[in-house]
Amino acid sequence: MSELDAFRAEVREWLEANCPPEMREPVRDESDVCWGGRKCVFKNDAQKQWLEACVAKGYTVPDWPKPYGGAGLSPEETKILKQEMKRINARSPLDSFGIWMLGPALLKFGTEEQKVHYLGQIARGEIRWCQGYSEPGSGSDLVSLQTFGEDKGDHWVVNGSKIWTSYADKADWIFCLVRTDKANKYQGITFMLFDMESPGVTTKPIKLISGNSPFCETFFDDVAVPKTQFVGEINRGWDVAKYLLGHEREMISGGGAGGDMVSIGAVFAKSIGKNDHGELDDPILRAEMAAFDVDVFAYRAMGERFMDMWKTGRAHPASSNMMKYVGTELNKRRYELVMAGGGSEALEWDSPETSGGARPRAWLRTKANSIEGGTSEVMLNVIAKRILDLPGA
Amino acid sequence: MPLYHNDDQAMLKDSVAPFVAEQAPVAHLRQLRDTNDATGFSRELWAQFVEMGLPGMLVPEAHGGLGMGHMEAGIVLEEIGRNLTPSPFLSTGVGAVAALAKAGGTQAERWLPAIAAGEAIVALAIDEGAKHRPDRIATTAARAGNGFRLDGKKSFVLHGHVADMSIVAAKTDGGITLFAVPRQAKGVTADPRRLVDSSLASHVTLDGVEVDADAVIGEVDAGEDVLNALLAATRTGAAAEMVGVGQGAMDMTVNYLKERKQFGKLIGEFQALQHRAAHLYGEMEVARATVMKAQQLLDEGSDGAKLMVSVAKAKAGRAAGLAVREGVQMHGGIGMTDEYDIGLYMKRDRALAEYMGDVHYHIDQVARMNGY
Repeated sequence: MSELDAFRAEVREWLEANCPPEMREPVRDESDVCWGGRKCVFKNDAQKQWLEACVAKGYTVPDWPKPYGGAGLSPEETKILKQEMKRINARSPLDSFGIWMLGPALLKFGTEEQKVHYLGQIARGEIRWCQGYSEPGSGSDLVSLQTFGEDKGDHWVVNGSKIWTSYADKADWIFCLVRTDKANKYQGITFMLFDMESPGVTTKPIKLISGNSPFCETFFDDVAVPKTQFVGEINRGWDVAKYLLGHEREMISGGGAGGDMVSIGAVFAKSIGKNDHGELDDPILRAEMAAFDVDVFAYRAMGERFMDMWKTGRAHPASSNMMKYVGTELNKRRYELVMAGGGSEALEWDSPETSGGARPRAWLRTKANSIEGGTSEVMLNVIAKRILDLPGA
Repeated sequence: MPLYHNDDQAMLKDSVAPFVAEQAPVAHLRQLRDTNDATGFSRELWAQFVEMGLPGMLVPEAHGGLGMGHMEAGIVLEEIGRNLTPSPFLSTGVGAVAALAKAGGTQAERWLPAIAAGEAIVALAIDEGAKHRPDRIATTAARAGNGFRLDGKKSFVLHGHVADMSIVAAKTDGGITLFAVPRQAKGVTADPRRLVDSSLASHVTLDGVEVDADAVIGEVDAGEDVLNALLAATRTGAAAEMVGVGQGAMDMTVNYLKERKQFGKLIGEFQALQHRAAHLYGEMEVARATVMKAQQLLDEGSDGAKLMVSVAKAKAGRAAGLAVREGVQMHGGIGMTDEYDIGLYMKRDRALAEYMGDVHYHIDQVARMNGY
């Protein structure tokens, strides 16, 4: 038996012993997702047990080094762990912007002290992070951001506002892009970290077309931030931000964005019905769903190849932009078909039979996929410039 | 296995890519076309393929081949696609080998070493109508004397007029049976037609063709598995070739965007074209990954291979189709001229798109395999 086979056997045994049966059920709604943090309320004991077991083993962040709360797994071992978790339908023990976004930035740019402190908190699910990037006047043109940190010797005084801060009202800390030099556009931004309970921080949820409020406006009114709480170098936060955006794109593309091997046509066979030949009883919709299945299964292979290459340094550094573009466009298409497949039932907005209009709300939510974290058009610009090397872009 | 080429595969690519580019660039296709070559490929080039061991790549070592996999064959096919090289590699070295290796027995003993040694060209006589419908084979094989008598018509048989042997799928009493029909068999006529991409494909008539019982590839009535192995290998190979065609067309087009000036600017500066090129890049990358996944699953003998093969043929068809259409459009007027190569890419893509099931066929297959 090879080492990897032995590892697989060990993982399988560990999961069997430690993943509670309730954590092998599909995620039904947001309350099934564990985000951790100071305000975390576990839905049940199983969720808590599962998190604690994974924390103890380093499996909330399996590929991070052990001193930072990870399990120090190689890319191959990480892939095996993911495969084995998927095999038993194990839920993610901990979802977190700390894991997906801040963590990779700290691993690359953080000091040893920052890594031990912040990464450990993230790995244990103790601190829930949010991201302060976009501003009302700075969307796609992020680098024009205006939130300003005035130098007061040992601290900055931060004033301004951020928008589209995901779950800012639930987060404990924020990683935030703050202008610290008004004369320098790109080299005048610092990547700061601070507590959302600092005096002067307020948040206001934004109601979206889905009726839900996953995003907030966040206001900073004379917020004092110690001058130790930044990542990388002062005024060089744009480098960290760009690196981190790559990971955000990786997350958006690898996450819920259509990478599933479940056939959409098979899912809707029941509601649409079949003809005597066993085909969906709506030939044009069947054709569109089958064409979509082809693209989803193809994208899944792309996701596998992308991760294999990304983790071993073989991928083009800008290829996460392509993944984000293709994946989010695909997810929007999925929900157009979900709505078509559901027909008039999928229009119901708050009936108990439709879990309070889960489908139309999810459909509307997906429209943000190709806006947040860089619009599809920005992704195409980046591909044209950095991968295809087209002129003037 | 990670979904990228390992060191050995990368080395293979490093030797095959310059070889094909130097020995059989697009000019080679033009030369065959402009001299109205009657073979459909260059025998000299094929001899060089043989020297490199390429026809025997997939042939098991026990039969004198290299015992490699679809991932390796795909590397060769991509270069064939990129250079639009006319070659019997796909039908002989991939489709026929897959069928014979799956079946084993007398015909495998007879033909696999010959293919590996470069002594045999094999054609695949599967299709019968204008569209690929391997589930509706009408050609019959009736028991006669010691063997069988074959009657029927086959179409789209690439290299059929020069093949030393054709693998013929026919209906027998209890199912489908595959036969090895030698060129000299009485009652076989191959009528070659020049296709849009300058390749030669035959209409083959089987008129009371008598073959011995041992001409059966595999078992009588049980040819479906062998046929499926042939189809899976050929479809995956055609998809790999299409990735090469699409990539070649895309590279040529992106280069053109960096050279051509209009309105005082390089046309590659226009965002309208940048976005289309970037979208195409994404589609091509996805197609490449999908084809590699199908190759990997075939090489592993995985149950999931059949689904992924159809996904790959459909996705490669979509992506390469987009590449050649965008290629011609972005080249503008010169893209319509015979002198520029981009049009040749469009023609080869059209033929490969149709070969062994088009996008629509395979999308339908994906629906069926998922129970709807």
